[in-house]
Amino acid sequence: MATQAAFMPGTKVETLTFWGTVASWLTTVDHKRIGILYGTSAFIFFLVGGIEALIMRLQLARPDNTLVGAERFNELFTMHGTTMIFLAVMPLSAAFFNYMIPLLIGARDVAFPRLNALSYWIFLSGALLLNSSWLFGMAPDGGWFGYANLTTTQFSPRHTIDFWMLGLQILGISSMLAGFNFLVTIINMRAPGMTLMRMPVFVWMSFVTQFLLVLAFPAITVALILLMFDRFFGTLFYAPAAGGDPLLWQHLFWIFGHPEVYILILPAMGIVSEVLPTFARKPLFGAPVVIYSGIMIGFFGFGVWSHHMFSVGMGPVADAAFSVSTMLIAVPTGVKILNWIGTLWGGSIRFRTPLYFALGFIAMFTMGGLSGVMHASPPVDLQQTDSYFVVAHFHYVLFGGSIFGLFGGIYYWWPKISGKMLDERLGLWHFWLMLLGFNMTFFPQHYLGLIGMPRRIYTYAGDLGWNFWNMVSTIGAFLIAVSLLFFIANVFRSLRSGAVAGNDPWDARTLEWSIPSPPPVYNFARVPQVQDRDDFWLAKHGDGHGGAPRPKAAPVTAAEIAAIHMPPTSYWPIVLAIALTVMVSGLLISTYQIIIGGLATLVLMYKFAMELHRPASGHGH
Amino acid sequence: MADHAVAHAVHDPNIGNTGLDNRKMGMWAFLGSDCMFFGSLIGTYLAYKGKSISGPLPHDVFDIPLTSYSAALLLASSLTMVLALAALQQSRVKAAGGWLFVTAMLGLHFVLNQVYEFTTFVLHHGLKLSTSLFGSSFFVLTGFHGAHVTGGVIWLLILVSLAMRGQLDARDYTKVEITGLYWHFVDIVWVAIFTVIYLIP
Repeated sequence: MATQAAFMPGTKVETLTFWGTVASWLTTVDHKRIGILYGTSAFIFFLVGGIEALIMRLQLARPDNTLVGAERFNELFTMHGTTMIFLAVMPLSAAFFNYMIPLLIGARDVAFPRLNALSYWIFLSGALLLNSSWLFGMAPDGGWFGYANLTTTQFSPRHTIDFWMLGLQILGISSMLAGFNFLVTIINMRAPGMTLMRMPVFVWMSFVTQFLLVLAFPAITVALILLMFDRFFGTLFYAPAAGGDPLLWQHLFWIFGHPEVYILILPAMGIVSEVLPTFARKPLFGAPVVIYSGIMIGFFGFGVWSHHMFSVGMGPVADAAFSVSTMLIAVPTGVKILNWIGTLWGGSIRFRTPLYFALGFIAMFTMGGLSGVMHASPPVDLQQTDSYFVVAHFHYVLFGGSIFGLFGGIYYWWPKISGKMLDERLGLWHFWLMLLGFNMTFFPQHYLGLIGMPRRIYTYAGDLGWNFWNMVSTIGAFLIAVSLLFFIANVFRSLRSGAVAGNDPWDARTLEWSIPSPPPVYNFARVPQVQDRDDFWLAKHGDGHGGAPRPKAAPVTAAEIAAIHMPPTSYWPIVLAIALTVMVSGLLISTYQIIIGGLATLVLMYKFAMELHRPASGHGH
Repeated sequence: MADHAVAHAVHDPNIGNTGLDNRKMGMWAFLGSDCMFFGSLIGTYLAYKGKSISGPLPHDVFDIPLTSYSAALLLASSLTMVLALAALQQSRVKAAGGWLFVTAMLGLHFVLNQVYEFTTFVLHHGLKLSTSLFGSSFFVLTGFHGAHVTGGVIWLLILVSLAMRGQLDARDYTKVEITGLYWHFVDIVWVAIFTVIYLIP
C-alpha cells in the first residue's frame, strides 16, 4: 500500500515551479483536469451572467427606472441568455461529462484525450471572444435567439451581431468535437462487463445528450453561416425584399434550439438519477424505463421545434402536429418524475445537501414542466408568448431544473473531485436561500406575464399594477446572489480546512467511489470487472437477496501501476484553438488576419494530427 | 521492452471494448453530424427553389455535361480510394501511394471544374452570391461541398507525402480507411447535390 500512496493525489510525486504548474494545466490532456477547467470557467461565466441578471432586475425593480437605458438593457438580456446557456449550463454539464464519465464507466481517460483538451480551449476562446464585445462597447443586442432579419446589416449595422454570431460558431465547434469524443468514449471505453444497460443512468443521459449535440448543432451552424454570408458577402437568405424568408432562420434555429433544451436538462436529470438512489439507499426505481424515457425525450426533441413559432402563423395543420408532439414529450418526462419519486418511496433516506438539491430539482422542474404543457396548446401559447409567463416557465426548467440538478452534482461529487467534504450547514443555507430566492424571483413572473407584462421591455409605467411583484422579483434575485456567497464560502472553506472525504463518503453505488478521492491520474489501478448497474454497492453489500459481498481484491502492486501508460501532455490543442480564434475574429478586423489565422490553423491541424504518428521512441503507440 | 511490445500488440489502445477502432467510430460520428450539416444546406436550397424574384434561373446557367463529367471524376475517385486501401493492406506501399495520388488528382480536377463553373456563372451569366436567392443558396451549398473536397485533397496529399517518405505502411491501414470514409461521404453528398440541384428541373 505504501507504493500506491506515492501515486495518490495530494502526495506530490514531483514538485513543480509556479510556471511549471501553469504549463502543466495548459498542456494537460487528463480528463479530470479538463473537467476542473470546464467547471471553473463555467462557474465564473455563471457569475457574469448572474450579474447581468441582477442589473436587469435592478432596472425593473421600480417603474420608469433609469439605471440603464433601452440599448444597454437589450445587451444585458441578450448576453445573459447567451452566457447562461452556452457559457454556464452547457460547460458545467461538460465539466461533469469530462470528470465523471470515464470514472463511471471504469475507464482511464476519454477516447481522444487531446481532442478533449482542444474542445476546452476552443470553448474558452469562443467565450472570451463573445464577452470581449463588452470591451469594445459592442455587446450583442439581438436576443439570445437572434431572430432574422433584425440581425441583418440593415437593422444591426455595427459589429454587435458579429461578435455573437462568431462566438456561437466557435462554441459550436467545441461542443461538436466534445460530442464526437464522448459518443466514442461511452460506446467504446466501458470497462469489461459494463453492458449498455449496466451503464449508470448519468452516463446514459449524457450519451443521449451527445447524440443531440452532434445532430442539432449543425443546424445552427448552417443558420449562422447563412447569417455570416448575409452580413459579410451580400447573400440574401434573410432579405425579404429579395424573396428571402426570415422564418428560415427561425426553423433552422429551433431545429437546433429545442434539442438544445434537452442538452441543457438531460445531464441534470442524469445527476439526479445518481443522487437519489445513493441517499435513498435503494436502486433507481425502474431504471431501464428511466433510460428509455431519456432516449424518447432525445428522439422527440427533434420533432417539436415549431412550438416556439406558434405565433408566426404556420397554419392549423402544422400547429396541431407540433402541439401533439409537444404534449407527447411530456409523457416520458412525467415517467421520469414518477420513477424518481418511486426511488424515494420506502427508502432509508439520509438528508444531505446533494439530496436537497435533487429534491429541489424534482419540485421546480415539475412546475416548469407543467407550464410547458400549457404552452403546447397553440391558443394558450398565443396568450403567453413573449410575456413574462414564458420567462417564468423557462427559468423553472433551466434554473429550477438544470442549475439545481447541477448544484446537486457539485455537492455530490465535490468530495470525489477535491478529496474534501463540503460543510453541510453552509450547504443547507445555500439550498434554502436559493430555493426561496428562486421562487420569489420567478413565481411572480407567471402572474406578471398573465396580466400582460411583455418580456424584454426595459421599463414600464407605474399604473399598470406591475410594481409590487417586480419589486418582489428583484429582491428574490438578490437572495439568489446571497445564497451563492454561501456556496463560494463553502468551497473555499472546504479547500482550506474541509474534513477528509475518503474513498466513499456517501456509501454510494457506482465505480468512481471505489477509488481514492481525488482519483489518481490513471483513475483505476486495475480495470474493474462490472457485473451490475450498481456494481460497487453490490460489491460492498451483496445483492440484498442473500448474495454475499464480494471478497476484497489483493492490494495493487507497484509493478501494476508502473505498467499503466497514460498519454503525454500536448501543446497543440491550446495553440490550435488560438489560431482558430485568430482566423475567425479576423472577420471583424482584417482579411490578412483571416488568411494568416487560416494558414496557421491548417499547419497546426497537421501538427496536431502528426503528433502521435510514428512518435520518437518511448511511446509504443 | 520485449514484454511491452507483446502487451501493445495484444492491446491496441485505439481498440475499445466493442472491438471497433475509436478513430473510426469518431469519424462515423462526424459523418452523421455532417449529414445534418448538408441536410440543412440542401433544405435551405429547396426551401428557396423557385422563389428568386430575378434571373438567371438554374437551367439558364447549368452546364449539365460539364457537371456530369465532374460527377464522374468524383465517382471514379472513390474507386481509386478503395484500390489504395487494398494495396496498403497487402503492404504494396508504392502502389497505395500512387492510388492515393490519383484520388487526390481526381478530387483536384473536380475542384478546378467547380472553379471554372463558378467563374462562368459570375462572368458570363452575371450570377453572384448577391444576385438572387438562387445565387445565394447555390453558391453556399456547392461551395461548402467544394470546401469539403478541397479538405479531402489536402488530407490525401499529406498521406501521399507520408508514403513517399516511407512513413506509411500496413500498420496505418485504419488511418487510410478513415480518410476513405470521409472521401466516400463527400462523394455521396455530391450524388445527392447533383441529383437534387442539377438534374431535377
